[in-house]
Amino acid sequence: MNIQFRENTEAASPLTTKTAIADCDIHPARATRTELYPYLAKRWQHHLEVYGVHAYQGMMEGPPYPKAQPNASRRDAYPPEGGPQGSSLSFMQKQLLDPNNVQLGVLNPLNTGQGIRNHELSAALCSAINDWQIDKWTSRDKRLKASIVVGNEDGLSAAAEIRERAGDKNFVQVLLLSRNVEPLGQRRYWPIYQAAEEAGLPVGVHAFGFGGNPITPSGWPSYYLEEMVGHSQCQQSALASLVLEGVFERFPKLKMVMIEAGFGWAPSLAWRLDKAWQRLRSEVPHVKRPPSEYIREQVWWTTQPMEDPERREDLFDVINWIGWDRLLFATDYPHWDYDEPSRVLPAGVSEANREAFYLGNAKKLYGIAA
Amino acid sequence: MARHVVAAVDELPPGTRKFLEIDGRPIAVFNIKGEYFGLMNRCPHQGAALCEGPLIGLAQSKEPGEIEYTKLGEVIRCPWHGWEFDIRTGQSYCDPRRFRVKAYSAHVEPGASVVKGPYVAETVTVKLESDYVVVEL
Ligand code: FES
Repeated sequence: MNIQFRENTEAASPLTTKTAIADCDIHPARATRTELYPYLAKRWQHHLEVYGVHAYQGMMEGPPYPKAQPNASRRDAYPPEGGPQGSSLSFMQKQLLDPNNVQLGVLNPLNTGQGIRNHELSAALCSAINDWQIDKWTSRDKRLKASIVVGNEDGLSAAAEIRERAGDKNFVQVLLLSRNVEPLGQRRYWPIYQAAEEAGLPVGVHAFGFGGNPITPSGWPSYYLEEMVGHSQCQQSALASLVLEGVFERFPKLKMVMIEAGFGWAPSLAWRLDKAWQRLRSEVPHVKRPPSEYIREQVWWTTQPMEDPERREDLFDVINWIGWDRLLFATDYPHWDYDEPSRVLPAGVSEANREAFYLGNAKKLYGIAA
Repeated sequence: MARHVVAAVDELPPGTRKFLEIDGRPIAVFNIKGEYFGLMNRCPHQGAALCEGPLIGLAQSKEPGEIEYTKLGEVIRCPWHGWEFDIRTGQSYCDPRRFRVKAYSAHVEPGASVVKGPYVAETVTVKLESDYVVVEL
Protein backbone atom coordinates (compact mmCIF):
# COMPACT_ATOMS: atom_id res chain seq x y z
CA MET A 1 0.00 0.00 0.00
CA ASN A 2 1.21 3.37 -0.94
CA ILE A 3 -0.24 6.20 1.02
CA GLN A 4 0.85 9.74 1.21
CA PHE A 5 -1.47 12.16 2.93
CA ARG A 6 -1.73 15.58 1.46
CA GLU A 7 -3.36 17.60 4.20
CA ASN A 8 -2.42 20.97 2.93
CA THR A 9 -3.61 21.83 -0.51
CA GLU A 10 -2.64 25.47 -0.85
CA ALA A 11 -1.26 24.32 -4.12
CA ALA A 12 0.52 26.31 -6.71
CA SER A 13 -1.05 26.52 -10.11
CA PRO A 14 -1.42 22.88 -11.06
CA LEU A 15 -0.07 23.14 -14.56
CA THR A 16 3.05 25.16 -15.03
CA THR A 17 4.66 26.47 -18.11
CA LYS A 18 8.38 26.93 -18.46
CA THR A 19 8.06 29.63 -21.07
CA ALA A 20 8.53 33.08 -19.61
CA ILE A 21 5.38 35.13 -19.73
CA ALA A 22 4.02 38.55 -18.92
CA ASP A 23 0.81 38.84 -16.95
CA CYS A 24 -0.77 42.15 -17.84
CA ASP A 25 -3.68 42.12 -15.43
CA ILE A 26 -3.00 41.27 -11.80
CA HIS A 27 -5.19 42.59 -9.00
CA PRO A 28 -3.43 43.34 -5.75
CA ALA A 29 -5.71 43.78 -2.75
CA ARG A 30 -5.45 45.41 0.63
CA ALA A 31 -5.18 42.99 3.54
CA THR A 32 -7.00 45.33 5.93
CA ARG A 33 -9.43 48.20 5.70
CA THR A 34 -6.89 50.66 7.03
CA GLU A 35 -3.89 49.51 5.05
CA LEU A 36 -3.81 52.78 3.10
CA TYR A 37 -3.82 55.01 6.17
CA PRO A 38 -0.04 55.37 6.37
CA TYR A 39 -0.20 56.96 2.92
CA LEU A 40 -3.11 59.27 3.66
CA ALA A 41 -2.98 62.64 5.38
CA LYS A 42 -4.67 62.68 8.80
CA ARG A 43 -7.35 64.86 7.29
CA TRP A 44 -8.42 62.07 4.93
CA GLN A 45 -8.10 59.32 7.53
CA HIS A 46 -10.56 61.26 9.66
CA HIS A 47 -12.77 61.94 6.68
CA LEU A 48 -13.00 58.24 5.93
CA GLU A 49 -13.82 57.40 9.53
CA VAL A 50 -16.49 60.07 9.81
CA TYR A 51 -18.02 60.25 6.34
CA GLY A 52 -16.77 57.25 4.39
CA VAL A 53 -16.78 57.61 0.63
CA HIS A 54 -19.51 59.04 -1.52
CA ALA A 55 -19.59 57.32 -4.87
CA TYR A 56 -21.33 58.21 -8.11
CA GLN A 57 -23.11 54.93 -7.82
CA GLY A 58 -24.98 53.44 -4.90
CA MET A 59 -23.97 50.11 -3.42
CA MET A 60 -20.33 50.63 -4.28
CA GLU A 61 -19.20 49.07 -0.99
CA GLY A 62 -20.95 45.87 -1.95
CA PRO A 63 -20.67 45.71 -5.73
CA PRO A 64 -23.94 46.08 -7.68
CA TYR A 65 -24.02 42.38 -8.60
CA PRO A 66 -23.07 39.40 -6.50
CA LYS A 67 -20.02 37.71 -7.95
CA ALA A 68 -19.55 34.08 -8.90
CA GLN A 69 -17.00 33.34 -6.21
CA PRO A 70 -16.14 35.14 -2.92
CA ASN A 71 -14.59 38.55 -3.69
CA ALA A 72 -14.94 37.55 -7.36
CA SER A 73 -11.83 35.47 -6.73
CA ARG A 74 -10.50 31.97 -7.04
CA ARG A 75 -11.44 29.97 -3.98
CA ASP A 76 -7.94 28.63 -3.71
CA ALA A 77 -6.38 32.09 -3.61
CA TYR A 78 -6.95 32.99 0.05
CA PRO A 79 -3.49 33.65 1.49
CA PRO A 80 -2.57 31.21 4.28
CA GLU A 81 -1.87 34.11 6.62
CA GLY A 82 -5.43 35.39 6.20
CA GLY A 83 -6.82 38.41 4.37
CA PRO A 84 -8.59 38.56 1.03
CA GLN A 85 -7.37 37.01 -2.19
CA GLY A 86 -4.54 38.97 -3.78
CA SER A 87 -3.44 40.66 -0.54
CA SER A 88 -0.24 38.70 0.09
CA LEU A 89 2.90 39.15 -1.98
CA SER A 90 4.50 35.92 -0.82
CA PHE A 91 1.43 33.89 -1.69
CA MET A 92 1.10 35.63 -5.06
CA GLN A 93 4.72 34.71 -5.76
CA LYS A 94 4.08 31.13 -4.81
CA GLN A 95 0.76 30.70 -6.55
CA LEU A 96 1.17 32.85 -9.64
CA LEU A 97 4.57 34.39 -10.35
CA ASP A 98 6.97 31.51 -9.68
CA PRO A 99 5.15 28.49 -11.11
CA ASN A 100 4.12 30.35 -14.25
CA ASN A 101 7.49 31.96 -14.79
CA VAL A 102 6.00 35.44 -14.90
CA GLN A 103 8.71 37.89 -15.93
CA LEU A 104 6.54 40.96 -15.94
CA GLY A 105 3.39 41.39 -13.88
CA VAL A 106 1.31 44.53 -14.31
CA LEU A 107 -0.70 45.51 -11.24
CA ASN A 108 -4.16 46.98 -11.71
CA PRO A 109 -5.68 47.73 -8.31
CA LEU A 110 -9.46 47.96 -8.19
CA ASN A 111 -11.70 49.52 -5.54
CA THR A 112 -9.40 52.48 -5.24
CA GLY A 113 -10.29 56.15 -5.20
CA GLN A 114 -11.77 56.16 -8.68
CA GLY A 115 -15.41 57.02 -9.16
CA ILE A 116 -15.75 59.02 -5.95
CA ARG A 117 -17.72 62.25 -5.96
CA ASN A 118 -15.41 64.13 -3.64
CA HIS A 119 -12.56 64.84 -6.04
CA GLU A 120 -10.05 65.82 -3.36
CA LEU A 121 -10.67 62.55 -1.54
CA SER A 122 -10.53 60.69 -4.84
CA ALA A 123 -7.14 62.19 -5.66
CA ALA A 124 -5.80 61.50 -2.16
CA LEU A 125 -6.90 57.85 -2.25
CA CYS A 126 -5.47 57.30 -5.71
CA SER A 127 -2.16 58.80 -4.70
CA ALA A 128 -2.14 56.64 -1.57
CA ILE A 129 -2.81 53.53 -3.64
CA ASN A 130 0.16 54.41 -5.84
CA ASP A 131 2.49 54.81 -2.85
CA TRP A 132 1.15 51.54 -1.46
CA GLN A 133 1.83 49.76 -4.75
CA ILE A 134 5.48 50.74 -4.56
CA ASP A 135 5.86 49.95 -0.87
CA LYS A 136 4.01 46.68 -0.74
CA TRP A 137 4.56 45.26 -4.21
CA THR A 138 6.90 46.69 -6.83
CA SER A 139 9.81 47.51 -4.50
CA ARG A 140 9.68 43.97 -3.14
CA ASP A 141 9.48 42.04 -6.38
CA LYS A 142 11.16 43.43 -9.45
CA ARG A 143 8.88 41.43 -11.73
CA LEU A 144 5.93 43.54 -10.66
CA LYS A 145 5.14 46.92 -12.19
CA ALA A 146 2.31 49.20 -11.18
CA SER A 147 -0.36 51.17 -12.98
CA ILE A 148 -0.78 54.78 -11.91
CA VAL A 149 -4.27 55.01 -10.47
CA VAL A 150 -5.79 58.45 -10.98
CA GLY A 151 -8.88 60.30 -9.84
CA ASN A 152 -10.32 59.96 -13.31
CA GLU A 153 -13.29 62.32 -13.00
CA ASP A 154 -11.06 65.30 -12.31
CA GLY A 155 -8.75 65.43 -15.32
CA LEU A 156 -6.50 68.09 -13.84
CA SER A 157 -5.64 66.34 -10.59
CA ALA A 158 -5.34 63.07 -12.51
CA ALA A 159 -2.83 64.68 -14.86
CA ALA A 160 -0.91 66.07 -11.87
CA GLU A 161 -0.65 62.58 -10.39
CA ILE A 162 0.64 61.21 -13.70
CA ARG A 163 3.24 63.96 -13.97
CA GLU A 164 4.39 63.30 -10.44
CA ARG A 165 4.92 59.61 -11.18
CA ALA A 166 6.31 60.04 -14.70
CA GLY A 167 9.79 58.60 -15.04
CA ASP A 168 9.39 56.42 -11.94
CA LYS A 169 10.29 52.93 -13.12
CA ASN A 170 7.82 51.37 -10.71
CA PHE A 171 5.02 52.49 -13.04
CA VAL A 172 4.33 51.36 -16.60
CA GLN A 173 0.82 52.61 -17.37
CA VAL A 174 -2.03 54.87 -16.30
CA LEU A 175 -5.16 53.08 -15.15
CA LEU A 176 -8.71 54.09 -16.00
CA LEU A 177 -11.88 52.05 -15.69
CA SER A 178 -14.47 51.58 -18.39
CA ARG A 179 -17.53 52.81 -16.48
CA ASN A 180 -17.21 56.51 -15.93
CA VAL A 181 -19.47 59.48 -15.56
CA GLU A 182 -19.15 60.18 -19.27
CA PRO A 183 -17.83 58.25 -22.28
CA LEU A 184 -14.04 58.22 -22.15
CA GLY A 185 -13.38 60.34 -25.20
CA GLN A 186 -14.93 63.46 -23.69
CA ARG A 187 -12.97 66.58 -22.90
CA ARG A 188 -12.90 66.22 -19.13
CA TYR A 189 -10.58 63.24 -19.57
CA TRP A 190 -8.23 64.87 -22.07
CA PRO A 191 -5.72 66.15 -19.50
CA ILE A 192 -5.17 62.50 -18.58
CA TYR A 193 -4.34 61.57 -22.15
CA GLN A 194 -2.11 64.56 -22.58
CA ALA A 195 -0.11 63.77 -19.45
CA ALA A 196 0.11 60.08 -20.35
CA GLU A 197 1.30 60.86 -23.85
CA GLU A 198 3.93 63.25 -22.52
CA ALA A 199 5.10 60.64 -20.02
CA GLY A 200 5.18 57.97 -22.74
CA LEU A 201 2.83 55.79 -20.69
CA PRO A 202 0.03 53.70 -22.17
CA VAL A 203 -3.43 54.23 -20.71
CA GLY A 204 -5.13 51.02 -19.62
CA VAL A 205 -8.92 50.91 -19.57
CA HIS A 206 -9.95 48.11 -17.28
CA ALA A 207 -13.48 46.78 -17.27
CA PHE A 208 -15.47 47.88 -14.24
CA GLY A 209 -15.95 51.12 -12.36
CA PHE A 210 -18.73 53.03 -10.70
CA GLY A 211 -19.73 55.82 -13.04
CA GLY A 212 -23.32 55.91 -11.84
CA ASN A 213 -24.87 55.02 -15.20
CA PRO A 214 -26.68 51.73 -15.74
CA ILE A 215 -24.11 49.12 -16.55
CA THR A 216 -25.63 48.12 -19.86
CA PRO A 217 -26.85 50.45 -22.59
CA SER A 218 -30.40 49.25 -21.92
CA GLY A 219 -30.44 49.59 -18.16
CA TRP A 220 -29.71 47.56 -15.06
CA PRO A 221 -29.85 43.85 -15.83
CA SER A 222 -30.96 41.00 -13.58
CA TYR A 223 -27.93 38.78 -13.62
CA TYR A 224 -24.21 38.88 -12.96
CA LEU A 225 -23.80 37.05 -16.25
CA GLU A 226 -25.27 40.08 -17.99
CA GLU A 227 -22.86 42.33 -16.16
CA MET A 228 -19.98 40.14 -17.35
CA VAL A 229 -20.89 40.49 -21.00
CA GLY A 230 -21.84 44.13 -20.42
CA HIS A 231 -18.15 44.88 -19.96
CA SER A 232 -17.50 44.41 -23.64
CA GLN A 233 -20.45 46.65 -24.58
CA CYS A 234 -19.12 49.30 -22.25
CA GLN A 235 -15.63 49.12 -23.71
CA GLN A 236 -17.09 49.40 -27.18
CA SER A 237 -18.78 52.67 -26.23
CA ALA A 238 -15.58 53.88 -24.62
CA LEU A 239 -13.53 53.06 -27.69
CA ALA A 240 -16.04 54.60 -30.09
CA SER A 241 -15.98 57.74 -27.97
CA LEU A 242 -12.17 57.87 -27.96
CA VAL A 243 -12.11 57.64 -31.74
CA LEU A 244 -15.00 59.95 -32.51
CA GLU A 245 -14.15 62.70 -30.05
CA GLY A 246 -10.78 62.85 -31.77
CA VAL A 247 -8.62 61.70 -28.87
CA PHE A 248 -6.40 59.56 -31.09
CA GLU A 249 -6.15 62.34 -33.64
CA ARG A 250 -5.27 64.90 -30.98
CA PHE A 251 -2.82 62.59 -29.16
CA PRO A 252 -1.24 60.54 -31.93
CA LYS A 253 1.37 58.96 -29.67
CA LEU A 254 -1.22 57.87 -27.11
CA LYS A 255 -1.44 54.12 -26.59
CA MET A 256 -4.58 52.60 -25.08
CA VAL A 257 -4.88 49.13 -23.60
CA MET A 258 -8.33 47.57 -23.41
CA ILE A 259 -8.21 45.35 -20.34
CA GLU A 260 -10.52 42.49 -19.48
CA ALA A 261 -13.35 43.00 -21.89
CA GLY A 262 -12.44 40.59 -24.66
CA PHE A 263 -11.30 41.48 -28.13
CA GLY A 264 -13.52 39.41 -30.42
CA TRP A 265 -15.74 42.42 -30.92
CA ALA A 266 -12.95 44.67 -32.13
CA PRO A 267 -13.25 43.97 -35.87
CA SER A 268 -17.03 44.36 -36.00
CA LEU A 269 -16.94 47.62 -34.03
CA ALA A 270 -14.26 48.95 -36.36
CA TRP A 271 -16.20 47.88 -39.46
CA ARG A 272 -19.35 49.56 -38.24
CA LEU A 273 -17.48 52.71 -37.32
CA ASP A 274 -15.76 52.82 -40.70
CA LYS A 275 -18.97 52.40 -42.59
CA ALA A 276 -20.87 55.00 -40.62
CA TRP A 277 -17.92 57.38 -40.75
CA GLN A 278 -17.83 57.24 -44.55
CA ARG A 279 -21.40 58.56 -44.60
CA LEU A 280 -21.37 60.88 -41.61
CA ARG A 281 -17.85 62.19 -41.82
CA SER A 282 -18.93 65.81 -41.96
CA GLU A 283 -20.31 65.53 -38.44
CA VAL A 284 -16.88 64.69 -37.10
CA PRO A 285 -14.40 66.35 -39.46
CA HIS A 286 -11.71 66.14 -36.78
CA VAL A 287 -11.72 62.36 -37.33
CA LYS A 288 -9.48 62.47 -40.36
CA ARG A 289 -8.92 58.78 -41.03
CA PRO A 290 -11.14 55.71 -40.97
CA PRO A 291 -11.75 54.77 -37.31
CA SER A 292 -10.26 51.31 -37.83
CA GLU A 293 -6.88 52.88 -38.56
CA TYR A 294 -6.71 54.61 -35.20
CA ILE A 295 -7.85 51.45 -33.48
CA ARG A 296 -5.26 49.26 -35.12
CA GLU A 297 -2.47 51.72 -34.55
CA GLN A 298 -3.16 52.93 -31.04
CA VAL A 299 -4.98 50.14 -29.22
CA TRP A 300 -3.67 47.01 -27.48
CA TRP A 301 -5.80 44.27 -25.89
CA THR A 302 -5.28 42.04 -22.90
CA THR A 303 -6.31 38.45 -23.46
CA GLN A 304 -8.31 37.50 -20.42
CA PRO A 305 -11.19 36.71 -20.89
CA MET A 306 -10.11 35.01 -24.12
CA GLU A 307 -12.83 34.37 -26.61
CA ASP A 308 -13.24 30.64 -26.98
CA PRO A 309 -15.08 29.90 -30.23
CA GLU A 310 -15.81 26.37 -31.35
CA ARG A 311 -13.49 26.70 -34.34
CA ARG A 312 -10.04 27.93 -33.47
CA GLU A 313 -9.86 29.37 -36.99
CA ASP A 314 -12.49 31.91 -35.95
CA LEU A 315 -10.26 33.05 -33.12
CA PHE A 316 -7.28 33.29 -35.43
CA ASP A 317 -9.30 35.34 -37.92
CA VAL A 318 -10.06 37.90 -35.21
CA ILE A 319 -6.47 38.01 -34.03
CA ASN A 320 -5.20 38.34 -37.57
CA TRP A 321 -7.39 41.42 -37.96
CA ILE A 322 -6.25 42.91 -34.65
CA GLY A 323 -2.63 41.90 -35.16
CA TRP A 324 -0.56 39.32 -33.31
CA ASP A 325 1.55 42.22 -32.09
CA ARG A 326 -1.39 43.77 -30.22
CA LEU A 327 -2.36 41.09 -27.71
CA LEU A 328 -1.06 41.11 -24.15
CA PHE A 329 -1.43 37.93 -22.17
CA ALA A 330 -3.22 38.31 -18.82
CA THR A 331 -4.47 35.94 -16.15
CA ASP A 332 -6.65 38.33 -14.11
CA TYR A 333 -5.24 36.75 -10.94
CA PRO A 334 -6.69 36.26 -8.35
CA HIS A 335 -10.13 36.68 -9.88
CA TRP A 336 -12.34 33.71 -10.55
CA ASP A 337 -12.26 33.95 -14.32
CA TYR A 338 -8.47 33.55 -14.16
CA ASP A 339 -6.85 32.13 -17.31
CA GLU A 340 -4.30 29.37 -16.90
CA PRO A 341 -1.32 30.35 -19.09
CA SER A 342 -0.72 26.91 -20.51
CA ARG A 343 -4.35 26.40 -21.49
CA VAL A 344 -5.53 29.48 -23.35
CA LEU A 345 -3.87 29.50 -26.74
CA PRO A 346 -4.96 26.77 -29.14
CA ALA A 347 -2.40 24.81 -31.11
CA GLY A 348 -1.35 26.04 -34.51
CA VAL A 349 0.30 29.33 -33.57
CA SER A 350 3.79 30.02 -34.84
CA GLU A 351 6.61 30.24 -32.32
CA ALA A 352 7.13 33.94 -33.04
CA ASN A 353 3.44 34.78 -32.51
CA ARG A 354 3.31 32.68 -29.38
CA GLU A 355 6.29 34.51 -27.94
CA ALA A 356 4.77 37.88 -28.81
CA PHE A 357 1.44 36.87 -27.30
CA TYR A 358 2.88 35.67 -24.01
CA LEU A 359 5.72 38.12 -23.49
CA GLY A 360 7.19 40.12 -26.36
CA ASN A 361 4.31 42.52 -26.99
CA ALA A 362 4.02 43.41 -23.33
CA LYS A 363 7.73 44.04 -22.88
CA LYS A 364 7.75 46.27 -25.90
CA LEU A 365 4.64 48.23 -24.97
CA TYR A 366 5.62 48.69 -21.35
CA GLY A 367 9.25 49.45 -22.15
CA ILE A 368 10.76 46.54 -20.26
CA ALA A 369 14.25 45.65 -21.44
CA ALA A 370 14.46 42.33 -23.27
CA MET B 1 -5.60 -2.05 -9.54
CA ALA B 2 -3.95 -1.28 -6.21
CA ARG B 3 -5.99 -0.52 -3.14
CA HIS B 4 -4.99 2.33 -0.89
CA VAL B 5 -6.32 2.94 2.60
CA VAL B 6 -6.98 6.65 2.83
CA ALA B 7 -8.66 7.06 6.19
CA ALA B 8 -10.34 5.30 9.06
CA VAL B 9 -14.08 5.73 8.72
CA ASP B 10 -14.42 7.99 11.75
CA GLU B 11 -11.74 10.29 10.38
CA LEU B 12 -14.00 11.11 7.46
CA PRO B 13 -17.44 11.88 8.87
CA PRO B 14 -20.35 12.83 6.63
CA GLY B 15 -19.95 16.24 5.03
CA THR B 16 -16.15 16.15 5.07
CA ARG B 17 -13.58 15.57 2.39
CA LYS B 18 -9.98 14.58 2.41
CA PHE B 19 -7.24 15.52 -0.03
CA LEU B 20 -4.31 13.24 -0.62
CA GLU B 21 -1.81 12.19 -3.18
CA ILE B 22 -1.55 8.64 -4.41
CA ASP B 23 1.27 7.73 -6.79
CA GLY B 24 1.79 11.43 -7.39
CA ARG B 25 -1.82 11.96 -8.35
CA PRO B 26 -4.00 14.42 -6.43
CA ILE B 27 -7.15 12.73 -5.14
CA ALA B 28 -10.10 13.98 -3.13
CA VAL B 29 -12.36 11.64 -1.20
CA PHE B 30 -15.78 12.76 0.02
CA ASN B 31 -18.23 11.41 2.55
CA ILE B 32 -21.66 12.55 1.55
CA LYS B 33 -24.33 11.35 3.93
CA GLY B 34 -22.47 8.10 4.49
CA GLU B 35 -21.65 7.48 0.85
CA TYR B 36 -18.06 7.77 -0.31
CA PHE B 37 -16.85 9.26 -3.57
CA GLY B 38 -13.46 9.92 -5.04
CA LEU B 39 -12.39 12.36 -7.73
CA MET B 40 -9.12 13.23 -9.36
CA ASN B 41 -8.45 16.64 -7.92
CA ARG B 42 -7.79 18.32 -11.24
CA CYS B 43 -10.36 20.16 -13.28
CA PRO B 44 -10.48 19.00 -16.91
CA HIS B 45 -11.12 22.59 -18.00
CA GLN B 46 -7.96 24.50 -17.07
CA GLY B 47 -6.55 22.29 -14.34
CA ALA B 48 -7.64 23.90 -11.05
CA ALA B 49 -7.68 21.82 -7.88
CA LEU B 50 -11.30 20.94 -8.61
CA CYS B 51 -12.36 19.65 -5.22
CA GLU B 52 -11.47 22.84 -3.36
CA GLY B 53 -14.77 24.17 -4.65
CA PRO B 54 -18.08 24.04 -2.83
CA LEU B 55 -20.55 21.20 -3.07
CA ILE B 56 -23.76 22.52 -4.47
CA GLY B 57 -26.87 21.12 -6.12
CA LEU B 58 -27.99 20.98 -9.70
CA ALA B 59 -30.17 23.86 -10.85
CA GLN B 60 -32.43 22.97 -13.75
CA SER B 61 -35.27 24.78 -15.41
CA LYS B 62 -38.02 23.50 -17.68
CA GLU B 63 -38.87 27.04 -18.63
CA PRO B 64 -38.04 30.52 -17.45
CA GLY B 65 -39.50 31.11 -14.03
CA GLU B 66 -39.39 27.49 -12.96
CA ILE B 67 -36.36 26.28 -11.11
CA GLU B 68 -35.72 22.83 -9.79
CA TYR B 69 -32.80 22.24 -7.48
CA THR B 70 -31.78 18.62 -7.04
CA LYS B 71 -28.72 16.51 -6.25
CA LEU B 72 -28.06 18.69 -3.24
CA GLY B 73 -24.45 18.30 -2.14
CA GLU B 74 -23.62 16.04 -5.04
CA VAL B 75 -22.30 18.57 -7.53
CA ILE B 76 -18.86 20.08 -7.13
CA ARG B 77 -18.26 23.58 -8.43
CA CYS B 78 -14.74 24.32 -9.62
CA PRO B 79 -12.97 26.97 -7.50
CA TRP B 80 -11.85 28.84 -10.61
CA HIS B 81 -14.47 29.15 -13.32
CA GLY B 82 -17.33 27.45 -11.57
CA TRP B 83 -17.93 24.57 -13.96
CA GLU B 84 -20.12 21.99 -12.29
CA PHE B 85 -19.37 18.28 -12.05
CA ASP B 86 -21.50 15.45 -10.68
CA ILE B 87 -19.27 13.81 -8.10
CA ARG B 88 -20.89 10.41 -8.66
CA THR B 89 -19.99 10.27 -12.32
CA GLY B 90 -17.57 13.16 -12.93
CA GLN B 91 -19.94 14.44 -15.61
CA SER B 92 -19.74 18.18 -16.32
CA TYR B 93 -22.83 20.26 -16.97
CA CYS B 94 -23.50 23.07 -19.35
CA ASP B 95 -20.36 23.71 -21.25
CA PRO B 96 -21.49 26.55 -23.47
CA ARG B 97 -19.86 25.16 -26.58
CA ARG B 98 -21.64 21.89 -26.16
CA PHE B 99 -24.83 23.81 -25.51
CA ARG B 100 -24.67 25.46 -28.89
CA VAL B 101 -24.08 22.20 -30.65
CA LYS B 102 -27.07 20.68 -28.87
CA ALA B 103 -29.36 23.41 -30.00
CA TYR B 104 -28.88 22.27 -33.58
CA SER B 105 -29.19 18.56 -32.90
CA ALA B 106 -32.32 16.84 -34.10
CA HIS B 107 -33.23 14.45 -31.35
CA VAL B 108 -35.76 15.28 -28.69
CA GLU B 109 -34.82 15.24 -25.02
CA PRO B 110 -37.08 15.46 -22.00
CA GLY B 111 -37.57 19.10 -21.15
CA ALA B 112 -36.02 18.86 -17.72
CA SER B 113 -32.70 17.45 -18.83
CA VAL B 114 -29.75 19.68 -18.34
CA VAL B 115 -27.28 19.74 -21.12
CA LYS B 116 -24.25 17.74 -20.21
CA GLY B 117 -20.86 19.05 -21.18
CA PRO B 118 -18.19 17.13 -23.02
CA TYR B 119 -15.81 17.26 -20.09
CA VAL B 120 -15.79 14.54 -17.49
CA ALA B 121 -13.69 14.73 -14.34
CA GLU B 122 -11.89 11.52 -13.53
CA THR B 123 -13.54 9.58 -10.74
CA VAL B 124 -11.86 7.02 -8.55
CA THR B 125 -13.50 4.10 -6.83
CA VAL B 126 -13.89 4.45 -3.09
CA LYS B 127 -14.92 1.58 -0.83
CA LEU B 128 -15.28 0.78 2.80
CA GLU B 129 -13.21 -2.15 4.00
CA SER B 130 -13.42 -3.13 7.64
CA ASP B 131 -13.85 0.44 8.79
CA TYR B 132 -11.27 1.96 6.46
CA VAL B 133 -11.99 4.10 3.45
CA VAL B 134 -10.14 2.54 0.55
CA VAL B 135 -9.41 4.04 -2.83
CA GLU B 136 -8.78 1.85 -5.87
CA LEU B 137 -6.36 3.27 -8.36
S1 FES C 1 -10.39 25.14 -14.27
FE1 FES C 1 -12.19 24.30 -13.48
S2 FES C 1 -13.73 25.44 -14.42
FE2 FES C 1 -11.94 26.21 -15.28
